[in-house]
Amino acid sequence: MTAPARDPGLQPERTRLAWRRTTLTATVVAVLAGKSALREGAGAAGHVAFALCCALWLGLLVVAHRRIRVLALGGRPAALTPAHASAAALCAVALAVCATALVL
Amino acid sequence: MGKVLRVIELVRNVRFWFAPGRIEDEGETPDYRFSLANERTFLAWLRTSLALIGGGFAVDQFLPDLPWAWRVGLALGLLAAGALCALRAVNHWVRCERAIRRRENLPVSRFPALLSIGVALVALAMVVVVLAGWQE
Repeated sequence: MTAPARDPGLQPERTRLAWRRTTLTATVVAVLAGKSALREGAGAAGHVAFALCCALWLGLLVVAHRRIRVLALGGRPAALTPAHASAAALCAVALAVCATALVL
Repeated sequence: MGKVLRVIELVRNVRFWFAPGRIEDEGETPDYRFSLANERTFLAWLRTSLALIGGGFAVDQFLPDLPWAWRVGLALGLLAAGALCALRAVNHWVRCERAIRRRENLPVSRFPALLSIGVALVALAMVVVVLAGWQE
């Protein structure tokens, strides 16, 4: 009676929900980007920046979805890979760059 | 000297970002619950980063009466903080993952304190600007 005394299901589930929260936050950012791009006076550059924001939002969604699927498999989940983590973080950085283009 | 060592350490960590599996060469695989906890901390920092980016948009969008320089300055400050926060999130995740595998102490960081001070300064600037009612 050692390890199984602890519920193994909760930790992957908490991590899965953390990924879900992260995609929700990214959605809020994408909506704000849309509001910024659709105001009066935003030119073609603004529309391009908004399109890029949408692409990055989708990218983050795909990254999160892949990880969520791994975590939902049950059993002992595979660890997050550095490439996966970098992809998620680079999406956020690129969103900040697009936001800069929209603000200026 | 210390600075040079830190830069070398950063470059070493950046190599880990793009090399899946390399990290598994080090130390031993820990209890997966530790890795998942580290992952959740990474995601919490990523959300902080996204919230800062959203804050940058919000300053730009919802304070339209501010002078241009203030509005853009505050927005760019928040966006830069968001980008920095995301990069630091991966770096810290890699460092923690390696420390856990090698059974070392977790790395300490002054980043949370610096970020708090930065956010407090931006918030203070916004309070002053809004209360003063500066308009173009």
